[in-house]
Amino acid sequence: MTKSELIAKLSVRHPHLVAKDAELAVKTILDAMATSLASGQRIEIRGFGSFTLNYRPPRVGRNPKTGGKVSVPAKHVPHFKAGKELRERVDGNNKD
Amino acid sequence: MTLTKAELAEILFEQVGLNKREAKDMVESFFEEIRFALESGDGVKLSGFGNFELRDKPQRPGRNPKTGEEIPITARRVVTFHASQKLKSLVSETYAGNNA
Repeated sequence: MTKSELIAKLSVRHPHLVAKDAELAVKTILDAMATSLASGQRIEIRGFGSFTLNYRPPRVGRNPKTGGKVSVPAKHVPHFKAGKELRERVDGNNKD
Repeated sequence: MTLTKAELAEILFEQVGLNKREAKDMVESFFEEIRFALESGDGVKLSGFGNFELRDKPQRPGRNPKTGEEIPITARRVVTFHASQKLKSLVSETYAGNNA
């Protein structure tokens, strides 16, 4: 499912809204989630999962083309952990 | 501070102009549609944000860490998330050394 398919499904689910609203809503939600992570704030959606940042310490990497050393600075990367409901629904075989 | 569904609904109310009820329903169905796609075996690609993918993991031997008893970890399907390049660079640039 792509973003535009998601928007289409949401506008079917919300027929009283104009189509543009579903599109704007999806963009606004994703934007708010990205901004939240970028400011170091975690996201916690009950039944879906949580997004946090993981720390990556600085390291010496290699340019694979030249073999030269490059220092890679410390950074944070986004991490997602599925919540209980999502985990159980996706793993249909193990449901009970 | 944590971003939750309640905050997302508030943002939709303020920025999109949905009423409180619509905003709450929209946030709920946004996550439900993603869950439903994943439950149906369909990955979800949200360009500019990231992809939710499904992985089928085979059974592997495990251990009860308390008793040391060996128990198999059954085969299962799990969700993985891969942040887009855009989200990764947004995070590493904006949140660079803040908390290192």
